[in-house]
Amino acid sequence: MSALGLYLPGSSPVHRAPAGAKLTVLVAGGVGSVLLDSPRQVLAAVGLVLLGYVAAGLSLRVAARQLRPLLWIGTATAVFHVVVTGWQRAATVVGVLAVLVLLAALVTLTTRTTDLVDAVVSGCRPLRVLHVDPERIGLVVALGIRCVPVVVALAEEVRDAQRARGLTASPRAFAVPLIVRSLRHADALGEALIARGVDD
Amino acid sequence: MPLIEVDGVTHRYGDRTVLADVDVRVGERRIGVVGANGSGKSTFARLLNGLVVPSTGRVAVDGLDTRTDGREVRRRVGFCFTDPDAQIVMPTVAEDVGFGLRRRGVPKHEARARVDTALAAYGLADHADHPAHLLSGGQKQMLALAAVLVTEPAVLVMDEPTTLLDVRNAELVSRMVADLPQQVLLVTHHLELLAGFERVLVFDQGRLVCDDVPPAAVAHYRRLMR
Repeated sequence: MSALGLYLPGSSPVHRAPAGAKLTVLVAGGVGSVLLDSPRQVLAAVGLVLLGYVAAGLSLRVAARQLRPLLWIGTATAVFHVVVTGWQRAATVVGVLAVLVLLAALVTLTTRTTDLVDAVVSGCRPLRVLHVDPERIGLVVALGIRCVPVVVALAEEVRDAQRARGLTASPRAFAVPLIVRSLRHADALGEALIARGVDD
Repeated sequence: MPLIEVDGVTHRYGDRTVLADVDVRVGERRIGVVGANGSGKSTFARLLNGLVVPSTGRVAVDGLDTRTDGREVRRRVGFCFTDPDAQIVMPTVAEDVGFGLRRRGVPKHEARARVDTALAAYGLADHADHPAHLLSGGQKQMLALAAVLVTEPAVLVMDEPTTLLDVRNAELVSRMVADLPQQVLLVTHHLELLAGFERVLVFDQGRLVCDDVPPAAVAHYRRLMR
């Protein structure tokens, strides 16, 4: 079971919808989200996206899990807005963030990465006139999705190492090894990409 | 079998010389490479498909120079890393196996058939749509092998592929390697994997110090380790 927006196989209408159409809905949702300016509108948008989860045969628990990474930044944003602009603005801003995360996760949960990459490559083909390689953009998308669980695993390893050595929670003691390990992984991944023909 | 030529190769990382004056030609089907940590054996392995280009000297596979024909060399020489996690590029198992075929422009229907065959051959057919990062260590190494071999390279270079595996999975990888039709160059600390190999190269402090049949080369390596 994927907790990180990674593809969950299925045969629902949402799964079968073309990747390009789903990406278009996602982009339209992102653009349209700026029009949401009240908690009621946000609630309606959340309901609409959750309907998408139901149509995809995904449980609300899966949907809730997609919001977990939003916990800290969502809480901080909510506190800031409650203090500065009031609870209604806080609910709207955090709600819009939740809608966008849920919508993006719905796309990745129901679409194979290769299909997403194909759609991105196809959409970026006109950029060839600007000497942009669409395959490279597609590869960046694929690597971005692939690297989410990698970085999460690295963070867990660093946290375990800290606990094993009896260290108390320290942002610096956590961030420095995580960045170093992530860079090492990036280095190894770069070597693997060359070995697997990415420079061809 | 392809002929791998390493002529007068020296390689440095900054001021540090990691390989010095290596001259060797190999055309056997199974070649082992052993040496202590830091002896230069992994750098030697990386030279063979152009991941590392030597500071001086020449490396060629079937006459193709890794310096000037890197793309062609990498199509002929597959590389399997110690840590399979580092070479998984795509999120799911089937997508990762198909990655190399996509890069080579293999038509989709043909790629799908070859991926299915590879997944079945390496015991991953039931995991095709599973997130690759959730596989066990042994399955990840099988995935790494499948992802390299699906592109049908003529040579397979493996850099300590069993170091992170338990005994059972190490034996599984060993059996898989034994059955491969490819020329295999295996860098390893697990000397039992070299049974049935035709030739073993021993590296020490960046130099090729022994090049012999496995019993003699392994005995030389053991003496070095004392």
